[in-house]
Amino acid sequence: MRYFAPTTVEEAVGLLAEAPGRKVFAGATDVIPQMRAGRPEPDGLVDLKHIDRLVGVRKTATGWVIGAATPTSQLTGNAELSAEFPGLCEGAGLIGSDQVQNRSSLGGNLCNASPAADSVPAMVVNAMRAVIASGGGTRTVAVQDVPTGPGRTTLAPGEFVIEFELDSAPANTGDAYLRLIPRTEMDIAVVGAAARITLDASGTVTAAALALGAVAPTVVRVADAESALVGKAIDDDVLAAVAAAASAACNPIDDKRGTITYRRHVAGVLAKRAVTIAAERARNRASGTPSTNGGSH
Amino acid sequence: MTIADDPATTLPGYKWVGTRPIRPDGFDKVTGRARFGADLTLAGMLEGAVLRSPHAHARIVSIDTTKALALPGVKAIVTGADFPEPAGNPTDQDMCRNAMAREKVLYEGHVVAAVAATSKRIARKALDAIEVQYEVLPHVMTVDEAMAPGAVLLHDGMITKGMDPAPTEPSNVASRVVYQRGELDKGFADADVIVERTFTTKPVHQGYIEPHAAVADTTPDGRSTVWCSSQGHFAMRAYSAKVLGWDPSRLKVIPAEIGGGFGGKTTIYLEPLAVRLSQKAGRPVRMVMDRDEVFMATGPASASKVTIKMGANKAGEITAAELWMAYEAGAYPGSAIGAGSMTALAPYNIPHFIIEGFDVVVNKPRVYSYRAPGAPQSAFAVESVVDELAHKLGIDPIDFRLQNAVEEGMQAPYGPKYQKIGFKETLEAIKHHPHYSAPLGPNQGRGVAAGFWFNAGMNSSAVVHINEDGNATVVTGSPDIGGSRASMALMAAEELGIDYNRVRPVVADTEQVGFNDVTGGSRVTLATGAAVVDACRKVIADLRARAAKTWDVPVEQVEWVDGQAQHVDGSQPPLSLAAIAKGWARTGGPISAAATLNARGVGAGFSTQLVDVEVDPETGHTSVVRYTTAQDAGRAIHPSYVEGQLQGGVVQGIGWALNEEYIYNADGKMDNPSFLDYRIPVASDLPMIDAVIVEVPNPGHPYGVRGVGEVGIVPPLAAVANAVAAATHRRFTDLPLSPPRVLDGILNGTEES
Amino acid sequence: MARRLINCVVNGDETDFLCEDGDSLLDSLRNEVGLTGVKEGCGTGDCGACSVLLNGRVTCSCLVFSPEADGATITTVEGLADGDHLHPLQECFLEGAALQCGICTPGFLVAAKALLDANPNPTESEVRYGLAGNLCRCTGYDKIVRAVLEAAAQMREANV
Repeated sequence: MRYFAPTTVEEAVGLLAEAPGRKVFAGATDVIPQMRAGRPEPDGLVDLKHIDRLVGVRKTATGWVIGAATPTSQLTGNAELSAEFPGLCEGAGLIGSDQVQNRSSLGGNLCNASPAADSVPAMVVNAMRAVIASGGGTRTVAVQDVPTGPGRTTLAPGEFVIEFELDSAPANTGDAYLRLIPRTEMDIAVVGAAARITLDASGTVTAAALALGAVAPTVVRVADAESALVGKAIDDDVLAAVAAAASAACNPIDDKRGTITYRRHVAGVLAKRAVTIAAERARNRASGTPSTNGGSH
Repeated sequence: MTIADDPATTLPGYKWVGTRPIRPDGFDKVTGRARFGADLTLAGMLEGAVLRSPHAHARIVSIDTTKALALPGVKAIVTGADFPEPAGNPTDQDMCRNAMAREKVLYEGHVVAAVAATSKRIARKALDAIEVQYEVLPHVMTVDEAMAPGAVLLHDGMITKGMDPAPTEPSNVASRVVYQRGELDKGFADADVIVERTFTTKPVHQGYIEPHAAVADTTPDGRSTVWCSSQGHFAMRAYSAKVLGWDPSRLKVIPAEIGGGFGGKTTIYLEPLAVRLSQKAGRPVRMVMDRDEVFMATGPASASKVTIKMGANKAGEITAAELWMAYEAGAYPGSAIGAGSMTALAPYNIPHFIIEGFDVVVNKPRVYSYRAPGAPQSAFAVESVVDELAHKLGIDPIDFRLQNAVEEGMQAPYGPKYQKIGFKETLEAIKHHPHYSAPLGPNQGRGVAAGFWFNAGMNSSAVVHINEDGNATVVTGSPDIGGSRASMALMAAEELGIDYNRVRPVVADTEQVGFNDVTGGSRVTLATGAAVVDACRKVIADLRARAAKTWDVPVEQVEWVDGQAQHVDGSQPPLSLAAIAKGWARTGGPISAAATLNARGVGAGFSTQLVDVEVDPETGHTSVVRYTTAQDAGRAIHPSYVEGQLQGGVVQGIGWALNEEYIYNADGKMDNPSFLDYRIPVASDLPMIDAVIVEVPNPGHPYGVRGVGEVGIVPPLAAVANAVAAATHRRFTDLPLSPPRVLDGILNGTEES
Repeated sequence: MARRLINCVVNGDETDFLCEDGDSLLDSLRNEVGLTGVKEGCGTGDCGACSVLLNGRVTCSCLVFSPEADGATITTVEGLADGDHLHPLQECFLEGAALQCGICTPGFLVAAKALLDANPNPTESEVRYGLAGNLCRCTGYDKIVRAVLEAAAQMREANV
């Protein structure tokens, strides 16, 4: 296996085009355990962290651009981003320990294509886009269109994500991510739920997004929950409808981390809790109160 | 030689015992200097790797190592054919087959071959090139499957021991044990309330952070030196010799620092393979397990199934108990069903009981000791039912236990009479702790449970040398897994009357000190400590004789006080240890003494624990929010490390209660052989663990010591389950109490008052 | 395949070592540089025993490819003390009996240093979550958390 450290996107594209057995990596927090567990070694690994464009969190006129290989600790460490998108930073911040946080990245978490990836539900509810480099230049796709199933993506051989685009949040908008794990840290999500809520001045939901992780081969958008929210003030009945819709939208499996029954139930619980926190943040952002914590469990 | 019959427990106070100095090995451990098993590198050293069975149960048809041996850099390969036919008693033979499979593999991870090569990478490649043909056999994974009529047999000729008459047909039940007293029917007839339930636990691993590691250097004279991290290098020597068919003395085993054991490092895995590979290759060989190998192929604690029926009268007396227990042994007989049966009812004085236990083989790794082996599983059942009885009788759970608690002079369920014990003192300590009356928050519940462990004595040797500067070197052969060198130095300093920092404790190899049994059974401070005390007292006798010779007085006129020889009438200026050492050439030469013993006077250990949990009613997630443990330590030599033992045992028990379990798939393969999915507690899962040291001195030890290492893990399983029951009003009988299981109980279980 | 020469700064010293591209930094530090204070407990980033500071940030060295260390600055447990003057964390671990077997201690010390570098006045909860990537099986964490809090207090006092 050979190691490459290109410093430009073009150089990386060229290295990948040279030999089909080469793969990109950022933090290696997935690739090394996978090699150790017996997955075949790629014949080359292309380290993306030396390409300036792929590392860093940049504010733009219309929102944010986050380099695909940026360590997630730089997201949680960015006060302005954390204030505007606390749910996104919660999801990113739950990928592993502090040790892992200094290596893990949104690009890696998305393209490893684990259904349980903690950062992806919040990327989806925030309508983030992935800018993908390929031989022919770049293309931009919605984040939810990248993974297609466990370990599988729509990326063609030789393609890789350069950066993510995130539009500024409208006024009175809040997001949140919650996950259920058996411990308090160091586990893979049994269920994850991200919500984003926009309210009007009267407290009526004007826009809603809800996405679940670890309950289907890919992240699931819960359209029925979103339509149950829009146009309503959030109350117990609405939350019950959100929970029911979330449970119904699941297509989970039984595995060592949870059962079908359990995942369905908890998806509903976390969905209503995430919506509640996101709505509270939306209200507080209107009034200027700091965000409350969501996060693990 | 026995433990000195001069209990210092009657002495008015100590200078060093009971203080908290820095441990002697601490500096090496905080600076990265300490050498653990995998840290040694020798010139020309090869790296080893092990080929393990991918099947839970299979016949080995053939092994072809030709292609693997032909790879550049591969220096030696061993298979079952490289070891002698297993000999000795059945347990020895099983150990030999567990170390290297012969005709059959009996679990996923069972050793099939081992390779030594110039790098680990090449060794791993060689494993892939070894061709093994298996005939896959059906597997049995639980005691229910293994005990079912017509079950697939792991061992063709195994006839259950302990049955009268002996069965005529073989089965997977290796043995049966029974303990009983009184007339069961009468006891249940006397009961006003009876609770009957079945409890189960899953296999759990000791989870030491250091994987097994060994380096062997076998020389052409047919001898071998082995460096390894273990709980007992004399045992490693003896067991390796059995597998190799050697006399133990051909092996020299040097103890590396050991990165946790908890009972799991009291047997051999890599050592004989490394010796044989080194012999074939003519070079040193290092072998280090990967984490998944540790999980799949080293001995966890037994899964268990315990059916219990217990009755009590309205006055609060337990009148009868009936237990049926089956423990998974793994691939070879040897679960701790005996200890589990003996300890089950040990805290209580019950007039009528029967305990029937079964040791059952299944296609999983051969279980091994784990901290108070066998006791947590049976205590989970007993302490859950005791809690429920107290609840049904409307009696405070601590008062109920106090009313039935054993005390000095009562007969233990397994035979002997209790000596001085401190069970009631631990119950009282919890009852009067502020935690017991603190308010609980929403969705919180409080649980109490108690536990018993015998503690062990066994064989120890120690040597004390006085150095020419008047300092002392204390040499033992007991690996230090949690601060025991500090305890040895403290006791030696107390005896000799010199500063703690003038005592250097050393753990010597198998050729430098006499035999020592393993560091296990919570025995080191007691037994090896007693040997150190004995050796110190011999040294003091010699020091007095040297002073008498110097002063030309009878030795009876010389006392040893505060580290110096004093004449009884003060007629001579005192002679310090350093002064006597300086003049030893004139008084008979260097000063040292050895002591050996098979320790008696073991003091049993009891622990009572109190826990508050909070259960999320919508997800079943349980958090431990407050924990207090009270344990009788006899006498705490170094209280910080005693507290550490108490806290560590509790937290391992919390892991067992909440999330730890081996998960197997339908093919009999372990699904979670990693720290990611085998979920031991992390720092953020826990509160501080309030450790209350109760001191009821053990009259059998010169300083009153009782073993403290093990009993702390006995109560937590039931304590946590009782707390979850209080929080949810549902009784849980199957561990672990993982979120899905607790939620299922909340949604579908029977609500209790 | 030819081995690659890596130049880096380890514990303040210019250091070079040879590696294959697929080697982990953990293996290189242990076997090539001789820093066996860096421990392997799992090899998959789940236990933290191999924690090092890589360019000042705490990282599991088992999850780093050795070539990534080229040009990097690395601190291991062997680099925490200043000569024979122990770091306050090392002192507090000793005084507070925050270690039993000691295999996890190097990783805890390195991770705790990173934690206190970033947050000199952490709460108990922040210490517990900040060190959740380091497994200890002996202590139940109680004395480790206390030692880190005590070291933090001493370091704040020293900096006043």
